[in-house]
Amino acid sequence: MLAFLGRSLIQKIITLFFVSVISFLIIYLAPGEPSQIDPLNPIFTQEVLERFRKEFHLDKPLHVQYFYFYRDLISGKSVSWKDNRPVLGKIYERFLNSLPLFILGTLITWTLSFPVGIHAAIRRGSFYDRSTTFLAYLLISIPGFFFAYMLIIFVVTQFHVPVIGMETFGISSTGWSWLMDRVWHLLLPSILFGAGGIAVLSRYVRNQMLEVESQDYVRTAKAKGLPADKVHYKHALRNALLPFVTMFGLILPGLIGGSVIIESIFSWPGMGRMAYEAILARDYPVILTVNFISAILVLVGTFISDLLYMVVDPRIRL
Amino acid sequence: MMGVNEKRGSAFPEGGVLETPKKTLFQENWGLFRKNRLAMAGLMIFVAFFIIAVTGRVLTYGRDPYFNPALVRLQEKLRPPLSKPNLETLKPEEVPRLGIYLFGTDDLGRDVFSRMFQGSWVSLTVGFVAVGIAVVIGVFLGGIGGYYGSSQINLGSLLASVLLGGGIIGILLGGTAVGVLMVLLGAAVAAVLIRMGNSKAKRPIPMGFSVLFLNLFSVDVLITGLIDIMLCFPSFFLILTVVALLPASIYTIMIVIGLTSWMGAARFVRAEFLSLREQDFVTAARALGVSNWRIIFRHMVPNAMAPVLVSATIGIATAILTEAGLSFLGFGVPPPDATWGNILSNGKNFLFDAPWLTFVPGVAVLIVVLAFNLFGEGLREVLNPKLRER
Repeated sequence: MLAFLGRSLIQKIITLFFVSVISFLIIYLAPGEPSQIDPLNPIFTQEVLERFRKEFHLDKPLHVQYFYFYRDLISGKSVSWKDNRPVLGKIYERFLNSLPLFILGTLITWTLSFPVGIHAAIRRGSFYDRSTTFLAYLLISIPGFFFAYMLIIFVVTQFHVPVIGMETFGISSTGWSWLMDRVWHLLLPSILFGAGGIAVLSRYVRNQMLEVESQDYVRTAKAKGLPADKVHYKHALRNALLPFVTMFGLILPGLIGGSVIIESIFSWPGMGRMAYEAILARDYPVILTVNFISAILVLVGTFISDLLYMVVDPRIRL
Repeated sequence: MMGVNEKRGSAFPEGGVLETPKKTLFQENWGLFRKNRLAMAGLMIFVAFFIIAVTGRVLTYGRDPYFNPALVRLQEKLRPPLSKPNLETLKPEEVPRLGIYLFGTDDLGRDVFSRMFQGSWVSLTVGFVAVGIAVVIGVFLGGIGGYYGSSQINLGSLLASVLLGGGIIGILLGGTAVGVLMVLLGAAVAAVLIRMGNSKAKRPIPMGFSVLFLNLFSVDVLITGLIDIMLCFPSFFLILTVVALLPASIYTIMIVIGLTSWMGAARFVRAEFLSLREQDFVTAARALGVSNWRIIFRHMVPNAMAPVLVSATIGIATAILTEAGLSFLGFGVPPPDATWGNILSNGKNFLFDAPWLTFVPGVAVLIVVLAFNLFGEGLREVLNPKLRER
């Protein structure tokens, strides 16, 4: 057990190192420089440019820049080139905005896909199964932005509520109406956030459940005359749930990626939008930090899922 | 007595000779596939889309295209679908070819039908080229990782390849002196390795050079490590970053999507190879003296292609979605050329006045992507005996 932990820790640190090198190279070797972002702006004189380059070590060789950059990142000192604010503080602020979206979206995904997937598996081949299957493919295939606009048109014309942003601009009321306003703003992006997940996860639940239902012990349980509900929910479901315990670790990376389009449609000041704005402004520290953090989240996520797997499935214990 | 005879009759057909199955593998799979109505619908839409995209390439590009997607008619802007053009205000060459605006016009009075027609080619090529790149890289790396698996990489060859690769990149980036030096050093190390490697059996390696043959890690570790590294990047964010930093062009998008989505194919091929390389036909080929590369690409790859084919079909759907998303955010194909993503992105400003500018491209992307997904899932069910209806 300890050996496994140590080995995977070392492996993950090596992976993280290479990720940091590659993302750094991609960004710094791309043509163009952040100092050229606005060449026509009269404020950017040659001296200012020189000072800018010196300030952010852009005049040093690449490996020195790499060293400086990650030293600053780890010690928490790196600042955004755009507004000189600490990157970590900026990300934390946006992270708090993204969090409710992430939580609600994940809740929607996990609470809906299990019943749907399980029922589809139990009634295999029925109308319910076929229609949910088709619906799942529909949700996987629909472009997120198109779905977003359909929802916006629907909600705005049917319920006459504003949906763009985190809250209605300039709203001053407190209490109930403020809360409802926030909920309406939160609802659409969360549904969008959850929709793709429902489609994928419910298919996965269905397949997993089908596989378990064809096992011998389920047939035995049926044969000895147990009620159908007991067979499905007690014998089959418990074993089918095994792989999903591990998926708790894998939803971590969703905190960062995947929300760029949704957040920019809804003008939601979250992490995805910040990353998008940083890309547009060539704000290297923010781009690289977001990349670095999401790589850490992926690695931590797989680590947690490995651990959970070992805890719940004695067959894999090393 | 009769019963026994009948039984024997069924086991040994007339003449006592076992017949070969009448159906080939392809016919059998095709028969199974045809039963899946959703997948068949997917295949038909796929074929139709292919034909439309190719005719779109012929009819909407060039100097004087048959359907002109870039023709601006400011007096005819934001006309709804199926509306008739106002013939009095249009010059004869400005009248839409179909006689009506089938999908309406946009805010500049351009015919949305022609633009959609043009965009279909972009979607098709992005999907196929990106996935083609991904499959080639994935099969290559996965194949090497699975076949050579446990053979070790020694310090010398690592050093040589790092020096050569770094030197070439250095030369390309402008650091000519350092780059040439690195290439020369790398070539020197490689030469030493090859000489020593050939004569290894005859005489002992001189001291000092033996360091070069120090085993570091196995090929498999290298390949799986590479896959793990690539999986750490948030893919859409990475694609967005690279596309935003590089000059806008359709080829950049294809290459970038391809370079960031080969991991699935590599994993499948590697897993297949791990079991394939233990099989008799590979041993037989090796015993015949067939070269390693020929074994990998002629004998093993065709046997490992089934899961890759499935993931490639679904990969095309994902690539089309990604391209539409990028166009929607304003990256990608530069303006005069239409793509489904940028028609939609344009239309969002007229969401309530001209909903067809959102719905036409949105529904088109949905149908095509859905078709690819259904087709891919159908393939998966046919090619994977475990998933077949029991």
